[in-house]
Amino acid sequence: MATQAISVEDARTGEITEAVYEHPFIVRICHWVNAVALFVMVGSGMQIFRAFPSFGAKIPQHDLLNWPKAFAIGGWLGGALQWHLTFMWIYMASGLVYLGYQVVSGNYKQVLFTPRDIPGLWPMIRHYFFFGPKPPATEAYNALQKQAYTSAVILGILSVLTGFAVWKPMQFSWLAAMMGGFHWARILHFIVMWATLAFLFGHVVMVVLHGWNNFVSMLVGWKKDPEYPVE
Amino acid sequence: MDKNKFKSVTRRELLKLTPVIALGAFAVPKLREPLLKAGLGFSDWASGLMFRSGHLATTFENAELTPFEKFPINGYDVEDPEVDLDKWRLNVTGAVQKRGEYTLAQIQSFPKQMQNTRHVCVEGWDVIGNFGGTRLSDFLKSVGADTTARFLTMQCADDYYESLDMATALHPQTLLCYEMYGQPITRKHGAPVRLNIPTKVGYKQAKYLTDLKVTNVLDKVGYWEDQGYSEFYGL
Repeated sequence: MATQAISVEDARTGEITEAVYEHPFIVRICHWVNAVALFVMVGSGMQIFRAFPSFGAKIPQHDLLNWPKAFAIGGWLGGALQWHLTFMWIYMASGLVYLGYQVVSGNYKQVLFTPRDIPGLWPMIRHYFFFGPKPPATEAYNALQKQAYTSAVILGILSVLTGFAVWKPMQFSWLAAMMGGFHWARILHFIVMWATLAFLFGHVVMVVLHGWNNFVSMLVGWKKDPEYPVE
Repeated sequence: MDKNKFKSVTRRELLKLTPVIALGAFAVPKLREPLLKAGLGFSDWASGLMFRSGHLATTFENAELTPFEKFPINGYDVEDPEVDLDKWRLNVTGAVQKRGEYTLAQIQSFPKQMQNTRHVCVEGWDVIGNFGGTRLSDFLKSVGADTTARFLTMQCADDYYESLDMATALHPQTLLCYEMYGQPITRKHGAPVRLNIPTKVGYKQAKYLTDLKVTNVLDKVGYWEDQGYSEFYGL
């Protein structure tokens, strides 16, 4: 992947550091719009779920969990639906623009998980979870990162597909049927949300562990002192 | 590149992200309501486009029916508004040639349609029920309704009120429902006539109908819609 790399010279000390342009503008703006939209979708989704917090029958009703109202958005079912049905368009738009840009620009090549990344998975897992040695960083994203970010995109697509099956189970009856009908689509929509939250948890932990320069790169595009060699 | 120049480059890149802050408008109480109303309106508009008048809702085998006693009863204030079934008439007004009051027998004089369809509540639960009744489209044609009008509005014996877009009213599975599970519809389920609309969420399927009006203007949308629910909510 041809990343743009430069040397940065500190005017005062004369010290030279490297910087690479890691995240193009479209990727960054989609990332942050999507982050806000995801926050609203999960919060309002949980408020919608509070109206019937079950996946069983209505009679008799057995609640699965009592989600606290403090961690929900919208105040009541109608309000939450307004948030959900508004931000789903923002969520989808940010996803579509991101995917479109990645494909057209070829930028996807640095982050898409492909079979050739499989051998790199285990050393990374061993490093993160079993105190193994840190494999040398050779490119912007390691195999485990590629797997995580590719999975996140797939989860995003699944959240939209299951969401449409819940929202329009009759107009998209083929989609609902693929999932086993409206009832199962609702269950899957819920599972996809938790899987997305699991990704988000790992993502945020990693961002915290990897320090300031890494975080700033998603804001300004440039990453100072990259941990991988630049050409 | 020296450090100062790098700083100005990264500052410019950071400033390019300012449009994201526009989403903060949703956090401003004064702006939130109109923005969410616009978002819901957009969703309703898109829903209208997605509605296919010839596309039928999924139907089910008798074995898949939810038992009648497990079919929930949702009334907004009373479960039984104590309709006098003997004196009941459906008052039809608005853009129709034959305005007037119609008896249950008149409504039942059309071919009866029976269907096992899924009933989906806005809350998220769903049941599969058996419904029998007259196609609303048959009834509307016989009373000479102007089917180019945009809406139907409904009044109910319990002061509930609703409205329906004409495309959905003319859908072949939209019923003036007077039977459930082969029996006359019970009082709690909306006797003598309720709407059964498999392509709509439950709150659009008004019970204990008393008035039906064909119109182009909506003064009020519906009991729940006027509190913030979606106007179209097609499934």
